[in-house]
Amino acid sequence: MTDILSSLLIVAGLFFFLAGSIGLLRFPDLYSRLHALTKADNLGLGLLIAGLAIHAQDLFTALKLLLIWLAVLAASATSAHLIARHARRQETGP
Amino acid sequence: MNTASLIVFDGLLLISIVSLAWAALATTDARRSVILFMAFGLLLAVAWARLLAPDVALAEAAIGAGLSGALLLAATNDHSRQPATAQTETTRTEPDRRVGMAIQWTVTLLCAALAVALAWALAYAFDSTAKDTLARAVSAHLDVSGVSNPVTAVLLNFRAYDTLLELAVLLTAVLGIFALGPARADYQEAGPIFDGLTHWLVPVLILMAGYLLWVGAHAPGGAFQAGATLAAAGIVLRLAGRHHFGLPAGSTLRITLAVGVGMFLLVGLALLAVGRPFLGYPTAWAGILILLIESAAMLAIAATLVSAFVGGRPNPIAINTGEKP
Repeated sequence: MTDILSSLLIVAGLFFFLAGSIGLLRFPDLYSRLHALTKADNLGLGLLIAGLAIHAQDLFTALKLLLIWLAVLAASATSAHLIARHARRQETGP
Repeated sequence: MNTASLIVFDGLLLISIVSLAWAALATTDARRSVILFMAFGLLLAVAWARLLAPDVALAEAAIGAGLSGALLLAATNDHSRQPATAQTETTRTEPDRRVGMAIQWTVTLLCAALAVALAWALAYAFDSTAKDTLARAVSAHLDVSGVSNPVTAVLLNFRAYDTLLELAVLLTAVLGIFALGPARADYQEAGPIFDGLTHWLVPVLILMAGYLLWVGAHAPGGAFQAGATLAAAGIVLRLAGRHHFGLPAGSTLRITLAVGVGMFLLVGLALLAVGRPFLGYPTAWAGILILLIESAAMLAIAATLVSAFVGGRPNPIAINTGEKP
């Protein structure tokens, strides 16, 4: 039962990674590419970690996995913001 | 997990590592090359993890991919700000190009020779019957080392000399960096979002460094990984435009940089004084002495790495003279 649940979560997470990667390669401009990329980071990694946390040996390991997700969430949101702001300033002038 | 899927995974990993290495070398754009190198380092860390070497994987991810990447990116930024250097690239004369070709071929030949030597060493290592003598010797003496993580036991006890000399190399490197001149100017101050990230990320990184240091006694971790994590906190602060990024000022900084080698020597000499061999810890004291040396080494490594990222003496007077022209 837990195997099926964790496999479903991981496959769902991989779907978001695939969709994000395709978006990164195919979308026309920087802003929509960033939009695609952050979906993979946030939702894809979140589902992946939820799937892995089910398999964790103890609560401590599961919490460490959760911490990884939170750190990536904050880092990817911040870096996406910084890249987008830089690009916007290049367009409009400082 | 079954072996077939693992073989497929390893194959994909190998192909990705080699293609990333090739792409990083083949591209002419320095910034792109650095970013590819960072991706290469991350995959290399996964490869180390697959080889069941989590200590090396942690060090590779933190130092090889993260900190070296940050250093190289800062260097490419410096390079692109100097138009004079770019001009000399384009107006190369014929003899210059010939010298360049000669250097390129020499490096290629040396690399090929190194690859052959490595392959020979590997073949020899796999062939020799007593291939796990060292590993067996380490596990046989693990209970007298004061720690239960074999990697820490080798680094800080059985081969403590090597680690002492490594720290001395780091100290020499940072002296060289300081000799280069004043630090680069501060980055511009971060906006509210990046500033908000630093507010919680830096304490978490410091906590994580302490955890890695402590856990190194019985699980993957230790002074180098902890030092790299602590240095990451300093680099985040530096990138956020803070003038003080965790590095102490003046003589405190010099003491911090030297404290790794200093504590090692102090412990070694103190042991000599009580009639033991240099760095030959008594079993009862080994654990606490190793923790003492590792704590000092972590501070020294972190200060060294942040100083390398800053790229010079973080002296307030020196910074002022640097900004004048």
